[in-house]
Amino acid sequence: MLVILFNAFNGLIQGAFYALMAVGLSLILGLNGVINFAHGGFMAMAAYFAYTLVPYVGFWGALIIAPILAGGVGYVVEQLIVRRLYLRDPLYSLLATFGLALIIQDLLRTIWGAQGVPLAIPDFLNQPLSQVYFFLTGYRLFVVALAIISTTGLFAILRFTRLGIRIRAGNSDLETIAAVGVNIYLLRSANFVLGIMFAGLAGILAAGQIGLTPTMGDELIMPSFVAIVVGGVGSLLGSLVGGLIIGVASGVTAAVYPAATEVIIYVIMGIMLVARPRGLFGQEGLLE
Amino acid sequence: MSTEASTMERKGTVSAKSNMQQRYPLIILGIALLTVPFWLPLLGGYTDLASRVLIFALAAMGLNLLLGFTGGLSFGHAAYFGLGSYGTGLMLANYTHSTLLSILVGTVVGGVAATLLGPIAVRRRGIYFSMITIAIGQMFYFIAVRWNSFTGGEDGLTGFSRQPIHLPGYTIDLHSTNYYYLVLICFAGGAWLLWTILNSPLGHLFVAIRENQKRLTFLGIRVDLYIAISFAISGFVVALAGSLDALLDNFTSPDNLRYTLSGNLLIICVLGGMRNFWGPLVGAFIFVLVQDYVSSITQNWMTVIGLIFILSVIFFPLGVMGFFRKRSRA
Repeated sequence: MLVILFNAFNGLIQGAFYALMAVGLSLILGLNGVINFAHGGFMAMAAYFAYTLVPYVGFWGALIIAPILAGGVGYVVEQLIVRRLYLRDPLYSLLATFGLALIIQDLLRTIWGAQGVPLAIPDFLNQPLSQVYFFLTGYRLFVVALAIISTTGLFAILRFTRLGIRIRAGNSDLETIAAVGVNIYLLRSANFVLGIMFAGLAGILAAGQIGLTPTMGDELIMPSFVAIVVGGVGSLLGSLVGGLIIGVASGVTAAVYPAATEVIIYVIMGIMLVARPRGLFGQEGLLE
Repeated sequence: MSTEASTMERKGTVSAKSNMQQRYPLIILGIALLTVPFWLPLLGGYTDLASRVLIFALAAMGLNLLLGFTGGLSFGHAAYFGLGSYGTGLMLANYTHSTLLSILVGTVVGGVAATLLGPIAVRRRGIYFSMITIAIGQMFYFIAVRWNSFTGGEDGLTGFSRQPIHLPGYTIDLHSTNYYYLVLICFAGGAWLLWTILNSPLGHLFVAIRENQKRLTFLGIRVDLYIAISFAISGFVVALAGSLDALLDNFTSPDNLRYTLSGNLLIICVLGGMRNFWGPLVGAFIFVLVQDYVSSITQNWMTVIGLIFILSVIFFPLGVMGFFRKRSRA
């Protein structure tokens, strides 16, 4: 029983990473209409930024500055590349961001090396909180808490601020909000940067747990796609729940039948597509 | 996708008319491909490189039936390529000594998988369709990685090699040059099949689906079914290319199933021109050669490939063939 619980909790941590990634992806997919294949690259980039910053500003400083830096790079990339692909066939944005992912990975490897490195986290977070439930370290609870706080923060921004209202309005009708005088170019840039910052946050948290490699984003990007499909395209809540579900499912599977740890994610997606094609919270016919 | 571009290309590629003037480039292409082993070494190339160009061209042409002519953006065709590779490799390693039989089995394995999984993917359209195809592809990737005892896991599958083909009377040894001709025969067969389909009523229906799905639905045509058919046919062709790829190196690895390969196949289509029948051949020629050359001179070849992706998407969305066609019309 303890083993199952241990793996379920591990899965929940993993699911928190998937969920943070999926929420960022979903945000960008909604307003910008782009599947950002380079999301995993940005995630790893932020983690490496944090790795470099920790000696100077400490873990907490890096946790705040690194996602902002990654968001800055995201802004430049949006201006140079992604902006040209809005409203074109999704094929082009997929391929361009795919190419971007290759470049980011290559640059990370050139600068920081292909070998994995650990990210130093504050000592007090590393202590187990309970003798029996040894897997409940402070850091893991911290990851879950931060995932909850940041997504709640995002939902609050979307619900109550002017920016959030515009993003939501833009999701349903970009032309109309442009007609009433919203600068949609700026809005899309801001939205893209916001999505990248979520990837950055996921990256730093994941680095504290599993360490850094240039390919760390690769392992997270596909499950994040699945999280979006399972949760339903167009629903941030869906992406969040979808990420947690597949995380826990793959964690539990790792205890019962380890060989199927990854495959179970895709099986869940298959079942969902047959039983309820629009996903848990998705809208019918969005982005089709 | 601008309508101007699509109607323009349709006239050029899927026309049933084949007068002498249209045939000349095809005859020249045929002669050039038939004589590759004689002139390629003079240019500093090697025959296996030409085989690889044709294999990727075949795979991309198969994918292009779905992508360029039916309008289905699959980002998961590496799955069928890889299944072809593993099917062929496992047959030769464990069950048979016949090269041709194992190619046939590999093709059927990949093709049947596409036939069975296509209907799941076509439940959704657009970006959704792409995400589902990617995810299905990744499933096979992880199966290949995890099923160590059968597939060789992450190290890939070894322990097989192409066997001589025994015909009544004599034996054909499949060294590089002969294998190139086998690949060429498969390529020609695949290209002929795709050409025939595109010029049949079925092919016209595929193009019509790309242009206006809603209208066809109103006309009472089961669009889902026909996209699934296109998916299946392209799966068979891609699987054939995959099994030839396994035999080229006498090796296959999970990389043959990975989404990276799907991305490469897509960029080959876009690079050459996905509205053009021969576009993927041109794209494969450029992509395979550049990849081969760049990875031999620099560690950072991934950056170069990434730049090719980005630049070709932003500046040449119609690809090389589309670019020239536009030029010659202007």
